[in-house]
Amino acid sequence: MYSASDLKKNLKIQIDGDPYVITEFQFVKPGKGQALYRCKLKNMVTGSQFERTFRSVDSFEPADLQEKRMQYLYPEGNKYCFMDLETYEQVYLTEDQIGDTKNYMIDNLEVDILFFGEKPLDITLPNFIDLTVTMAEPWAKGDSATGDNKPVTVETGYKVLVPPFVNEGEKIRIDTRTGAYVTRVKE
Amino acid sequence: MRAGIIQVIRDFFIERDYLEVETPLRIPAPAPESHIDAIPSDGWFLHTSPELCMKRLLAAGYSKIFQISKCFRDRERGSLHLPEFTLLEWYRAGIDYREMMNECEELIVFIARSLDRGDTISYQGTTIDLKKPWIRLSVKDAFDRYAPLSLEKTLENKCFDEIMVDHIEFHLAQDKPVFLYDYPISLASLSRPKKSDPSVAERFEIYMGGLELANAFSELTDGEEQRARFSKEREYRRQQGKEMYPSPEHFLDALHTMPDSAGIALGVDRLVMIFTDKDTIDDVVSFTPEEL
Repeated sequence: MYSASDLKKNLKIQIDGDPYVITEFQFVKPGKGQALYRCKLKNMVTGSQFERTFRSVDSFEPADLQEKRMQYLYPEGNKYCFMDLETYEQVYLTEDQIGDTKNYMIDNLEVDILFFGEKPLDITLPNFIDLTVTMAEPWAKGDSATGDNKPVTVETGYKVLVPPFVNEGEKIRIDTRTGAYVTRVKE
Repeated sequence: MRAGIIQVIRDFFIERDYLEVETPLRIPAPAPESHIDAIPSDGWFLHTSPELCMKRLLAAGYSKIFQISKCFRDRERGSLHLPEFTLLEWYRAGIDYREMMNECEELIVFIARSLDRGDTISYQGTTIDLKKPWIRLSVKDAFDRYAPLSLEKTLENKCFDEIMVDHIEFHLAQDKPVFLYDYPISLASLSRPKKSDPSVAERFEIYMGGLELANAFSELTDGEEQRARFSKEREYRRQQGKEMYPSPEHFLDALHTMPDSAGIALGVDRLVMIFTDKDTIDDVVSFTPEEL
């Protein structure tokens, strides 16, 4: 259990069965009055936010959160199969649950998945992932002068803008935080 | 700037024939207040304010005294709070809280002028005109004007502090400092009831730029009444499982000979924040606890 004096920004607590992260925190104490802990909370499942002021006598359950190192194995229908690297247990996540990270799901990719109880909340990818270009228009001479980028498709089906010199079959590095092309990778 | 402000505060009081005093920081019996926790020190406690000792000096015949001292309050840490902070307290016999308001106006103007800041300062985007008279707003009027509940209902629901911080304090960031005065008698602390309306206490707080800067009283000199209030506070502390302090008997005895007077505690760190336009107390001290 946490007491009110443990509250701080980024602490994760459980309220009415849902996990919340404290996004803003302020200790206030009006003259001769009691200590109050003013928090902005974000529901980690639904994303909804609200403000609440707690008193020093309030106490809180820590959110039942666990981050697991998992390896992506293969798709099955519209589900994605991951394996827990410690227990070798397999779990299936839906396309909804993995969201935009599907753009980077290549076989054997290792990711950190945050679970609330049994429920996956968030996937943390490596910052950079190398992907093979599967479709690219050939580089038309003279294009480089304009400096314009061209769209290519990579092995996961993700489309990204790259410099004109990138060819089909080459590997490129993508920053998963921004989704942008970083560099060409020589093997 | 901090050193300059403290120097100017001394000049102000010395010019007005106040005596600078030093009372012990480590005391056996702090005032039992519901929401102020003292830090234990080898069986005694570090004082949370020099109030009790300074009032004993008043009772002993020192009629105009001031002190700038470090005070300690357990588990108070935020952008406006440090567990160790600097408090200016001054007491004067023969005046009440209204005359104390005048003296506050004069002190702050004196500081601003001595620092070549003229009569206006800017704090966090608000220009504050320091010239007297400042705004005088009763607690009841503040609730009528800004709060979703009347003062009466608020007290019934025991949510005075929440309404203050969530609905009232930010309205007090006005273009002049604000005296919020006449607190409900249940929040009188060590102040005396108002003669014309005993349901309120002669207590005020100063708000500047929305920051609570000082708390002042016409002092309660009725030892029996003070003893009764202390037992109430002590009962609250017991129910909440808070640390219990021995009764400050010497102080209660001294009240019988203490003259009618007014006294005030002003947060020096917050005053420096205002004059240096800082939004956190961390920026006006040499080291925060986290940096030690």
